[in-house]
Order: sequence, then C-alpha cells, then structure tokens
Amino acid sequence: MRVLLFARARDLAGAEAIEVDLPANATVGDLRASLPKLCPRIAGLVERSAIAVNNEYAADTTLLPAAAEVALVPPVSGG
Amino acid sequence: MVRLTREAIDHTRLTEDVRRDHCGAVVTFLGTVRDLTGDRTTLALDYEAYPDMALKKLEEIEQDTRSRWPVGDIILEHRLGHLDVGDISVAVAVSCPHRHQAFDACRHAIDRLKEFVPIWKKENWADGTTEWVHPGT
Repeated sequence: MRVLLFARARDLAGAEAIEVDLPANATVGDLRASLPKLCPRIAGLVERSAIAVNNEYAADTTLLPAAAEVALVPPVSGG
Repeated sequence: MVRLTREAIDHTRLTEDVRRDHCGAVVTFLGTVRDLTGDRTTLALDYEAYPDMALKKLEEIEQDTRSRWPVGDIILEHRLGHLDVGDISVAVAVSCPHRHQAFDACRHAIDRLKEFVPIWKKENWADGTTEWVHPGT
C-alpha cells in the first residue's frame, strides 16, 4: 500500500510516498504503527497526524480497504 | 463554489459573484500573509494542499454552511504556491438576506477551513530558514 506524504512529513522522508506492506484486514492503527518503523524520522509527526482513506479522515479502528488511496495528514495550517 | 488556485485571488470579482438581489448583506473575509509571528519576521509563505481531499473538505464546508444559514451564494478560494507578505492566501465570500447571517456564515466557513482542510504553509523566515507549520508539533 502506498501512503502519500505532505509538508514536513514529505521533507523528512525525502519522498512523496512510502510503500507499506500490511496483512489483509489491517486497520488504520496498524498502518500508523508501521510508519515509524519504515521511516523513523517521521515518528514524532505520525503521532500527531491524521490518516486519510479515500479523502476522508479515518479512525485508527477503520479497516483499510484494498486499493484505497491513503495519506498521512499532518496538523493543517491553511488559511 | 470552492476553488484552489495558483493565481492571485481577485477578491473584487469573488465579492461581486456572490451578490444576489434577495441578499442585503455580503461579507468577504480575506486571509493575508502577515509579516510578523511573535518576534519573528516572515518574508514569504509557501502553501501546499492535498488537492483532491482539500476540495472535498471545502465542498463539505460549503454544504454545511448552506444548511445552517440562508446563503444566497458562497465562494471559498485558497491560493497555493509561493506568497509574499501582503498577498491574499484565502478568501471566503458569502451573501445572505441579513448581515448577522452573512457575518456568522462567513466566520463559520473560515473557522472550519482552518480546522480541517488539508492545506499547509511553510514559513520563509527573514534569517533564511524555513519551517512547515504543524500546530501542536
């Protein structure tokens, strides 16, 4: 599964996305737990970020659908 | 209507576009790039969005605002890219029959936008450093 990165997360990772391997029936929480292992530099930011599934904020208990568009959404600062 | 743009925001056109004959009140909010944050000097801001989700969330704010007030029309527009001090980063224009409705609707829309629309700004400080703004981090 490909996880899109934005703003400071993208700069820290040096990439616009991270590839994550997760078992079937994995949740958003499982994804959240795997990100710091794959990219320790974003660990602190992951804790404070939301995760979006198909352009909607998702709770950690949400099951990840196959072929979903997934993104790490750090605290926003538009306006 | 909601828009993301890389061009300068034409707030006069935006304000004209929401005017309606049955609306006696038009409120336009502009967010502009400020030169000071605390005692630090900003030279410029870079804005980026998660575009598809940002547009979806802006549309939700439009619908939510329309459901709460008798909105004649509403436009939410956010600029992306490199903005200098004084540039307009965001505009919300709302028309309603009466002024208290228009003020409240406009404030609601900009407050929600700042709360959850996936857009980020990067400070370009006068000392040459840059910093993404992620409140609470």
